[in-house]
Amino acid sequence: MVSVSPVDAAPAVPAAARRRPRGRPLLLLALPAVVVLAVFFVVPAARLAWLSVSEPALGFGNYTAMASDGVVVTVVLRTLGMAAVVTVLCVLCAYPYAYLMTMVGPRWRAVLTALVLLPFWTSLMARTFAWVVLLQDTGLVNGLLAAVGLGPTRLLGTTAGVSVAMAQVMLPFMVLPVYTAMRGIDRHLVDAAMGLGATPLAAFLRVYLPLSLRGVAAGATLVMVLSLGFYVTPSLVGSPQQSMLAQLISVQVNQLVNFGAAGALAVTLLVVTLVLVAGVQRLTRTGGAPVGLVGGAGS
Amino acid sequence: MPDTATGARIEVEGLTKLFPGAAAPAVDGIDLEIRPGEFMTLLGPSGSGKTTTLNMIAGFESISAGRIALDGGDIAQLPAYKRNLGMVFQNYALFPHMTAAENVAFPLKQRKVAKTEIARRVSEALELVHLGGHGERLPSQLSGGQQQRVALARAVVFEPRALLLDEPLGALDKKLRESLQLEISRLHRELGITFVFVTHDQDEALALSDRIAVFRDGRIEQAGTPADLYETPSSRFVATFLGDSNVFTGRVRDGLLDTGWCSLRAPGGPEGAVALVVRPEHLRLAVPGGPRAEGNVLSATVTDVVYQGAFRRVLVRFDGGGSGQVREAAGVSRSVSVGERVEVCWSEDAGVLVPDGAEPPANQPVGAR
Repeated sequence: MVSVSPVDAAPAVPAAARRRPRGRPLLLLALPAVVVLAVFFVVPAARLAWLSVSEPALGFGNYTAMASDGVVVTVVLRTLGMAAVVTVLCVLCAYPYAYLMTMVGPRWRAVLTALVLLPFWTSLMARTFAWVVLLQDTGLVNGLLAAVGLGPTRLLGTTAGVSVAMAQVMLPFMVLPVYTAMRGIDRHLVDAAMGLGATPLAAFLRVYLPLSLRGVAAGATLVMVLSLGFYVTPSLVGSPQQSMLAQLISVQVNQLVNFGAAGALAVTLLVVTLVLVAGVQRLTRTGGAPVGLVGGAGS
Repeated sequence: MPDTATGARIEVEGLTKLFPGAAAPAVDGIDLEIRPGEFMTLLGPSGSGKTTTLNMIAGFESISAGRIALDGGDIAQLPAYKRNLGMVFQNYALFPHMTAAENVAFPLKQRKVAKTEIARRVSEALELVHLGGHGERLPSQLSGGQQQRVALARAVVFEPRALLLDEPLGALDKKLRESLQLEISRLHRELGITFVFVTHDQDEALALSDRIAVFRDGRIEQAGTPADLYETPSSRFVATFLGDSNVFTGRVRDGLLDTGWCSLRAPGGPEGAVALVVRPEHLRLAVPGGPRAEGNVLSATVTDVVYQGAFRRVLVRFDGGGSGQVREAAGVSRSVSVGERVEVCWSEDAGVLVPDGAEPPANQPVGAR
């Protein structure tokens, strides 16, 4: 009969009640990973770097030879260009797709996520050979192009064909971080922006886009780095005339058995990659919170 | 802020919102007139349609039927960004990638205000909410109360003629809520613009509002000043939603309410099935067998005594059935103890008779008069 208000909630228990071990015990958790990385990455990489300055003679001969070799310079530039094109293609495809994933209900989201992950569950070789079939002069893609009056055109063995195939392979690495970033954006923010006088376009450009950019940066870094060192798809879909850096390294090792030159190329690839990653990190640092590769790529 | 600013008049007529797939409309043909400069609170339990109504006024939700007018002009088809209304959200909705000052500058930039003018007005708005000197911080570096102050500054910096607030204090703790209540009240006085405030907190509504519209199941149950609603509720729902009440249900015959277990003297009011509502502060406790007071007297047993600082809440069980509560000033009278026999008395004009129906009464237009 009488409405009685509930008694005020009890004060919260201080959160600092748990003790956290500090220093060495925690570092031990990283030990297995550190050991694996040291044995299988740091040591071979260091050895390769050493070979590049010691084979056949001590000095920077391999590097000067590489820098003066027109073919190598062309391949390095082509690799960079290809990685950039693949990254842009991935952003253009992944951004609207990830946005769609945030807008649909749970059932459709599961379907869309499965479609993204399907390539992950399929062998890379199978997918690459599928692209070889698709991109043939008489393949499905050329058939479609011919139907709209654009073909047939040569796709297999060209940079265009390689970019499309690589973009497809790389797409999940872009969709997932972008989706994760978008899912973290409070929908009220767009409402708030429009309530404050922003047109839908302005609300997107000033609020939604900057907030989703962290995911794009994370995805772009992943795709860029993976594309720079990509070997399987370019060598099967592309051609030796249009080879990329990883293929060049393979030729040096497998056919010319020139470990010095291969080492110099590998070191160059590593340096270019690190410079790119550092650059992206710098560009997207907002409010002291760095964008981690893992930050967006998780889940 | 110029003190010449005046508030907008907001009129809502037959406003209806039917969400696809929903059995009943979320908002069911409400009429409401909000006067210029008024502090109007939309109060109700969750799911009663108050926030949906606010979102339709703001333009975040399309309307299914009816009319929304701002100073006489129909705005129902206008997109949110053209309505020029300030809005404060429960979760602050500050842009996390912008500093406090950039957040406050946002509406001015959208309106293409000159740079120097923006700088001046942003610092004025931050001063207004006592956050001068915090402009360069990011929202994540501010406390919840400070974030909501930034949101307030951002919502009024472009001098809208009405400010819509959607449970702005809901996420804050009690102390902070009270200090921000004063802040909002002061802002309303200083700016002189119309405030439309959504809350489910009756104390907040009573403390802040010029008028309150009580929502229930998509309709407005009653609208009026806080005193109107508290002292002369028009329904049992309003009486029990606003403040604590003792409710006696029964039928009125010849000025007497027959509850089935006792007969009470009732004030004038509706006939037939009714509820007599008596506020706990209007009940007094007396020793059995002592001098009889005029009015209603019921014998009861004390079941609980809750000490609440300035007052005591005494819960009782009436002999005939049912329970009730009495609110006594602490330290004035002798404290009773659990199990003690008492008499509960009140003067017959202290209560209010309202129709007792499980169904809400037909919605009546509640315009300003």
